[in-house]
Amino acid sequence: MNKILLNIYSQLPERTDLMRVLLLKDYNTRLVIVGVMLLGLAGGIIGTFMLLRKRSLMGDAVSHATLPGIAIAFMIMVANGGDGKFLPGLLSGAFLSGITGMGLILLITQTSHLKEDAALGIVLSVFFGIGVSILGIIQKMSKGSAAGLESFIYGKTASMLTRDAYLIAGTAMIIVVLCLFLFKEFSILCFDQDYAGTQGWPTVRLDIAMMLLVVSVTVIGLQSVGLILIIAIMVIPAASARFWTDSLFRMVIIAAVIGAASGLFGAILSALFEKLPAGAIIVLVSSFIFSVSLFFGYSRGLCIRYFMSWKLEKKVSRQHLLRSICEGIENFDKNLLDTQLKKCSQRPGITLDYLLSDRSWSKRKLLKLLAEAISDDLVYRGADDKYHFTEDGFVEAKRIVRNHRLWETYLIFYAELAPGKVDRDADQIEHVLGHSMVDRLERLLLSEQPDSVLLPSPHPLADEK
Amino acid sequence: MNGIHNVENVSKIPVLVHDLTVAYQHKPVLWDIDFEVEEGQVIGIIGPNGAGKSTLIKAILGLVPKTSGRILIYGEIYKKQRSLVGYVPQRESVDWDFPVNALDVVSMGLYGKIGWCKPVTKHYKNLAMFAMERVGMADYAHRQISQLSGGQQQRIFLARALAQDAQIYFMDEPFVGVDAATEKAIVTILHDLKSKGKTVLIVHHTLQTVKQYFDSLIMLNMRIVATGLTKNVFTQENLHKTYGGRLTLLEEAVQAYTREARIHE
Repeated sequence: MNKILLNIYSQLPERTDLMRVLLLKDYNTRLVIVGVMLLGLAGGIIGTFMLLRKRSLMGDAVSHATLPGIAIAFMIMVANGGDGKFLPGLLSGAFLSGITGMGLILLITQTSHLKEDAALGIVLSVFFGIGVSILGIIQKMSKGSAAGLESFIYGKTASMLTRDAYLIAGTAMIIVVLCLFLFKEFSILCFDQDYAGTQGWPTVRLDIAMMLLVVSVTVIGLQSVGLILIIAIMVIPAASARFWTDSLFRMVIIAAVIGAASGLFGAILSALFEKLPAGAIIVLVSSFIFSVSLFFGYSRGLCIRYFMSWKLEKKVSRQHLLRSICEGIENFDKNLLDTQLKKCSQRPGITLDYLLSDRSWSKRKLLKLLAEAISDDLVYRGADDKYHFTEDGFVEAKRIVRNHRLWETYLIFYAELAPGKVDRDADQIEHVLGHSMVDRLERLLLSEQPDSVLLPSPHPLADEK
Repeated sequence: MNGIHNVENVSKIPVLVHDLTVAYQHKPVLWDIDFEVEEGQVIGIIGPNGAGKSTLIKAILGLVPKTSGRILIYGEIYKKQRSLVGYVPQRESVDWDFPVNALDVVSMGLYGKIGWCKPVTKHYKNLAMFAMERVGMADYAHRQISQLSGGQQQRIFLARALAQDAQIYFMDEPFVGVDAATEKAIVTILHDLKSKGKTVLIVHHTLQTVKQYFDSLIMLNMRIVATGLTKNVFTQENLHKTYGGRLTLLEEAVQAYTREARIHE
């Protein structure tokens, strides 16, 4: 046990290493950090569109499909007398084979009865299998050393050179500019492809452009993140961003920031712990951001959702309480509610037992609701041990009862119109039904008892039955 | 009705379909469709499920490939006349969880006018707002679309097509699952469009409202059963031919027919 701990301890960076990395003293560290940051930025942007177009798995299949291209490019370069490690050559191979994989997926889905998931599975496994086999053959070749080609599978940032960083920076720039200029076009394509087609947008070409950008990010990220995990730098920032906003433009920006931040911290951590592959660290950092977004995301995170439903429940309970008290008093004597006749203090109250029997709430819950209503100054407990309305409470209760009864009447008399409206908040009755309908409903109810303070109920109240 | 037109006449016909056949994987869905519609009318496309109603308008809009036939919009092929044609797809055809608000969706109807790579400027946002007002949705402009009710989503789709200011509108089942306010809004818009000389083709399946909504009908069951003015073609015989042995639908049709007949007596 001690040995293991000692082992782990010895892996921790020295203080001087820490400072060197954090202060970006190393040229190479600086390069890697900037390169991976830009990669994350580009991945976040194009990933957002990919996610909304529901193409995440296709991105994954395409990245796996790059492997045979890398291996074949290596063989061709060796056959022509090179050492086979010329990066632009390898990446061109990866790009072409990625595109071939994508083309095959589209071909399979469009010409056969197979669904997209099957096509993705086939292309992903077949291409990856071919790639691994060719790598195996290369190992046995006499010429050239294949050592290092496997790093394309898992990624290895330390090998990044200046020209690689320029390649990443250039591609990231192109992606940012294209996504900015084609923002409108990509968004209509992702939202409603058919409609975009009827409007004359070349949907197929836009789609290809979008997927080419996905392949580009895959290819420039191969070296540092590796082809297995590269999909994560596109999907995770975009998925995290969705929790923070309901606007597409903001989602793109947030995804870009999350992607860049994951790249930054991932690269720093992997520079500190040399044995940890950068790709995995970047994914872990972005997964952490994803978890935070899932819980605390402002727009649809779990906390905000929980808070909203808690608020709604509270509001509904409050309405139930006020309505119960109001209808209870009304049940005993309709005139007793009239403000004209009685002062606030003389208005009758209602006992706890009555309230308890009125609805299916527990005593504890009811007492809690009453305590809250008392602290909000809507209800007070009189000397007679009954619960009475304050002036504010009565106004509020009258409003709630009125809206409730109008809705009930609407549902009773206009039942055939109701579906699609019943889920609306009763508070907004005028807003939903319009003033003329509300007037008509009011007249309908008042025609029976023209002078009542409250709108009469459209059906007998519980106790009158 | 399907006679040979000279060029001048053809260019005045909003939609002319001649000899259209559409097949999905060797199985014909529409056979030998021939019809033309008159300008300034609201035309219903009715028929049982699987009759090819949606396919017909998708074929006209070039969204499904046609096996044979000719489709002319004011005398030209659709590709040349796109700006004249507005489309209201079925509500279920998109993901309403998409991160945009109602105004963004309506603005999409103007993207064609705005052109490549340019942002949606204030001017176009105002145009989109105007279209939203026409369907009574101006208050919901900044609502995220998943928070709208089904009827409101339908009105947003309608506003998107209106924003485009087209001459011909194709609507795919706009009345399905909508509330009274939306139904009323759509009917008002239809009257409005008609009074401006626009032509509207609507895929519809509630037979009870046919006589009330449509000037003309295209009765379809893989082939054309009847086309013409509603009062002439909405007959028991044609309904029987269109709906065939589908008993429940047939009953509904007969009921609708007799009810209408009683009203007109």
